[in-house]
Amino acid sequence: DFTKSWIIILQTVTLIPGDGIGPEISTAVMKIFEAAKAPIQWEERNVTAIKGPGGKWMIPTEAKDSMDKSKIGLKGPLKTPIAAGHPSMNLLLRKTFDLYANVRPCVSIEGYKTPYTDVDLVTIRENTEGEYSGIEHVIVDGVVQSIKLITEEASQRIAEYAFEYARNNQRASVTAVHKANIMRMSDGLFLRKCREVAENFKDIKFTEMYLDTVCLNMVQDPTQFDVLVMPNLYGDILSDLCAGLIGGLGVTPSGNIGANGVAIFESVHGTAPDIAGKDLANPTALLLSAVMMLRHMGLHGQAKKIETACFDTIRDKKVLTKDLGGNSKCSEFTGEICRRVQDME
Amino acid sequence: YNSSLTKPPPAKYGGRHTVTLIPGDGIGPELLTHVRELFRFCCVPVDFEIVSIDSKSTSDDDMNNAITAIRRNGVALKGNIETNHNLPPSHISRNNILRTSLDLYANVIHCQTLPGVRTRHRDVDIIIIRENTEGEYSSLEHENVPGVVECLKIITRKKSLRIAEYAFNAARQNGRRRVTAVHKANIMKLGDGLFLQCCKEVAAGYPEITFDSMIVDNTTMQLVSKPQQFDVMVMPNLYGSVISNVCAGLVGGPGLVPGANYGKDYAVFETATRNTGKSIANKNIANPTATLLASCLMLDHLRLHGYASMIRKAILATVSETRLHTADLGGQGTTSEVVQSVMREIESKGPRTSEQI
Repeated sequence: DFTKSWIIILQTVTLIPGDGIGPEISTAVMKIFEAAKAPIQWEERNVTAIKGPGGKWMIPTEAKDSMDKSKIGLKGPLKTPIAAGHPSMNLLLRKTFDLYANVRPCVSIEGYKTPYTDVDLVTIRENTEGEYSGIEHVIVDGVVQSIKLITEEASQRIAEYAFEYARNNQRASVTAVHKANIMRMSDGLFLRKCREVAENFKDIKFTEMYLDTVCLNMVQDPTQFDVLVMPNLYGDILSDLCAGLIGGLGVTPSGNIGANGVAIFESVHGTAPDIAGKDLANPTALLLSAVMMLRHMGLHGQAKKIETACFDTIRDKKVLTKDLGGNSKCSEFTGEICRRVQDME
Repeated sequence: YNSSLTKPPPAKYGGRHTVTLIPGDGIGPELLTHVRELFRFCCVPVDFEIVSIDSKSTSDDDMNNAITAIRRNGVALKGNIETNHNLPPSHISRNNILRTSLDLYANVIHCQTLPGVRTRHRDVDIIIIRENTEGEYSSLEHENVPGVVECLKIITRKKSLRIAEYAFNAARQNGRRRVTAVHKANIMKLGDGLFLQCCKEVAAGYPEITFDSMIVDNTTMQLVSKPQQFDVMVMPNLYGSVISNVCAGLVGGPGLVPGANYGKDYAVFETATRNTGKSIANKNIANPTATLLASCLMLDHLRLHGYASMIRKAILATVSETRLHTADLGGQGTTSEVVQSVMREIESKGPRTSEQI
């Protein structure tokens, strides 16, 4: 008669609930993870910017320390400050942790019907430079110049990430999206680095496609695409386009990969202040981002379990939040997923 | 489609017009040959002056000759010229040079759901007006130090006002009710902010038309879920490329939608999505619809409305015949079968007298 004692190693994750519906969907995710007995220990932190010594805006020390130690974060929506004086929080997080890759897997959700079926692609967007360098000037009155910056280093880094992601996730091909016919030097440099990195990943098929051709083909037949890697602006547009194909930002997961092993997973929808606190929110996007996080941590079994419970609930159509076409509460939707997860034990 | 902002050239000798024809690369040459065939069949009073610019011509002389020819004739019909990536970055896209030299500031694309073409979305009817000469396509790039490249996006008040004016004028002339400006002014506060500001100023002069704006990434999301909400859209160059390709894809693909490039003095017509179609060239499988419809836009521009509607009606009748659909529409029809069908359709309407045309 053996008494086995298992030592469960809990992994700490920094949880940033965010604003608006952020807290309630974060609670939903924590409940589901508990029901699934996922070995995660949550450390809640607030990231509202504070002015540090020297007058520079920064995230609170407790938040930064927690992230630096845990290396993994899960984040809800943050409200965009208009007159707060400090820059966008998302931008601040990006700069603090050098989050250089924005990864969005877009997979059609069975049971949540859109005009597009069988979508299964991943957009990998360079997130630090490109068109979003924020360098603009008025040259003379009525003439504005915005600078798009492309560097060899950042292009190489994102290309390497894309190919490694493809290899680690058993994806067959990587497509570089560019406009090097018009932006000969900048996108040309980006493309060149992608080609160079591709040489070291002969097991992955590498193709190149113009941004406009990708857009044209994406809305006709998205199944032809696998992993897409591109500079900042194209990534911004394409990742939202692809989210639209599977049903919008309410059901799309997202992950940001930083240097030094930091990774922050987040829902990319807004704070929805009109329904905040009313138990009406849909936690799917944050939940799927948390699932992405589990996969990143190597906890594939747990990830699959939770994801299946979520998809089964949506497919069954009996308990759905309003945005998914039902009239259940957030807590009811969450409860249903918890129940399914527990049934799987 | 009406536009009073570009004057067509007066007809030359005996009521015949001369139009510059640039075959380009890929499927351009074969499709434009079909246009000439069709025009000959219909006795359209247009003569083509062929200027060969393609990816093989690297000297500036060829380009200058083409531009001079278009200046002389005022109107051109073209295929896409491929940009050779093996040449150094100083070799600018020929298509781009043409647009900027002739100051073809408005790229106009009308995306409409066509009967007989199966698409995921119905009742799409969007006019896209894209600034065609500045923005991200200014071709101003430099390498500050090795490995660090800057690419300049230029937005000017003058050109933003001009394209906004074009958009609102087009909306008014075509009885359209709403103009949406597409931008990313939350990130590019100065550049796109200026563009948006100019649109607002012009909107004030068109009180009967509703003006709103939408951020480009949200726009693409809206387009793939509910494209029917859009009417007329105006935007800077790069977003125009994205939006016009998304919309063309929504209504059936690159083989169906024609495009027009208008300047104050010149007009150049081509397909909306400007594809070279290298992989399907010379196989008799390319869809000629977009190119044929572009030639109709050209005829309308030359005020040859009778010929334009006659040919357009025949093209639309043909495209609604599923058995004639080319590969891009999921069929097995050939290019020549489509063109033959258009000609037969025109013939079946009986001989035309000069009063009818």
